[in-house]
Amino acid sequence: MHKNLKKYFPLFALPTLAAFLIAFVIPFIIGIYLSFTEFTTIVDSHWVGLKNYIRAFSTADFRNALWFTVKFTVVSVITINVIAFILSLILTRGLRGTNLFRTVFFMPNLIGGIVLGYIWQLIINGVLKYFGVTITYDAKYGFWGLVFLINWQLIGYMMIIYIAGIQNIPTDLMDAAKVDGAGAWQTLKNVTIPMVMPSVTICLFLTLTNSFKMFDANLALTDGAPSRQTAMLALDIFKTFYGRTGWQGVGQAKAVVFSVIVAAIALLQLAITRKREVES
Amino acid sequence: MAKSAKKAALYIILIAVALAFLFPVFIVLMNSFKNKLYISAEPFTFPDSESFAGLENYTVGLEKTGFFSAFGWSLFITLASVLVIVLFSAMTAWYITRVKSKITSAMYYAFVFSMIVPFQMVMFSMSKLANILRLDNPLGIVVIYLGFGAGLSVFMFCGFIKSIPLEIEEAAMIDGCGSIRTFFLVVLPILKPTAITVAILNTMWIWNDYLLPYLVIGSDYKTIPIAIQYLKGGYGSVDMGAMMAMLVLAIIPIIVFYLSSQKYIIKGVVAGAVKG
Repeated sequence: MHKNLKKYFPLFALPTLAAFLIAFVIPFIIGIYLSFTEFTTIVDSHWVGLKNYIRAFSTADFRNALWFTVKFTVVSVITINVIAFILSLILTRGLRGTNLFRTVFFMPNLIGGIVLGYIWQLIINGVLKYFGVTITYDAKYGFWGLVFLINWQLIGYMMIIYIAGIQNIPTDLMDAAKVDGAGAWQTLKNVTIPMVMPSVTICLFLTLTNSFKMFDANLALTDGAPSRQTAMLALDIFKTFYGRTGWQGVGQAKAVVFSVIVAAIALLQLAITRKREVES
Repeated sequence: MAKSAKKAALYIILIAVALAFLFPVFIVLMNSFKNKLYISAEPFTFPDSESFAGLENYTVGLEKTGFFSAFGWSLFITLASVLVIVLFSAMTAWYITRVKSKITSAMYYAFVFSMIVPFQMVMFSMSKLANILRLDNPLGIVVIYLGFGAGLSVFMFCGFIKSIPLEIEEAAMIDGCGSIRTFFLVVLPILKPTAITVAILNTMWIWNDYLLPYLVIGSDYKTIPIAIQYLKGGYGSVDMGAMMAMLVLAIIPIIVFYLSSQKYIIKGVVAGAVKG
């Protein structure tokens, strides 16, 4: 049957492959090339070696964006996962109304970043008004504003993954713990948490990449203000590309660095998951 | 006694969190009926006879953003792209799973690789290429979305197709089905659960996507996120009234979609997370 199917390559594989080449593969290769050149359009580029990379790292904006993104990611990953896990523990106790709460908690996840950004701009500026400032007054307001926003967006999403993980724990395991006289805390520590480790891995990965790659909400909530202090990596790259003529090459170099970091995080995560799968 | 006290405490926590989750949306809804001058000044007070603006924000906002046409483009681009992605990704996934060659395994790894590359890496060259190839219109952008959506979608379909026993397809072939009929009559119906998951994940992504359509078609065709960002304009001053009204209009279709297919959405998102 494979031989028969093989001749249908143009029908089954070619449309997707062509679109994939146009949207991803070719732009990706051109992108790597352009990061070593100076250009304003693709056709007028000339080779400058590593100059763009050196310029990228020698600007305070990029180093600041990198540090801001790392801080933001660490804080968000911890807060989102802790809160989501606690909520999932509460919602797996068979309380009435569980479905209703789950529906409410997950809802913000469907709202896009631009809309989220403007919703939270109103709320945060409304609160900060009592202190006589706005969100763009100081970078720390923007930072915590973004943390609140992403928590609101992702807690429900992570919560349903944790709920699925907890519901997959065999009931006889829980019963055995009870028979052995384990208290609530001991059951949590020795049964529930080890058993939901696969969910933890997934949630860490999702929150890590979502926080690290955040763009839309950053653009809408603070647009990087004051000056560029609350611009995360993705926004900084966008502003380098489209905000300043002659800096497109630097923007592309920053994008390559950004991709390498994201790929490194993904591979590290994969390696850890593999290791755990071997152990279990 | 202790048990019911504990239960009450849990309910208090849940209700408090639920209120915190609903609060921002409620505040936006409330402010959408207030005169724009009162929104930034007093966002947490109810509209009174002085600040109540009726539907003025909505009429002004609709006019400023061209919201209805934005809604139309968002709907068209999302539906067309999701349909194309589901169909072609399923076909491609079946092909590269069943035909083993160097090319198909290279394709598989390229698709997986594309999932982790951030959009900023390709945004400049991709939008230029789309421009050169005349894909910078609502129909052409479907091709771009197929290219970007293929990574996750093909990956998810492949995962499922590997678990389908070959005997089913062989039986169809013995009964005289060719490859095309085998796929559409036998394989595709089996793929339905994964197809729903893929459709939901892509719908959530494309409907809310801002940067890709902004770069490819943004100056001529506005989708909802572009129309909302457009309200901010270049002058720094935002018509807060129109903004609130448009945020409400942007959220309504999402809530309708969510409440009407909640079961599939939650299932799809969990399945997508576990496999992705």
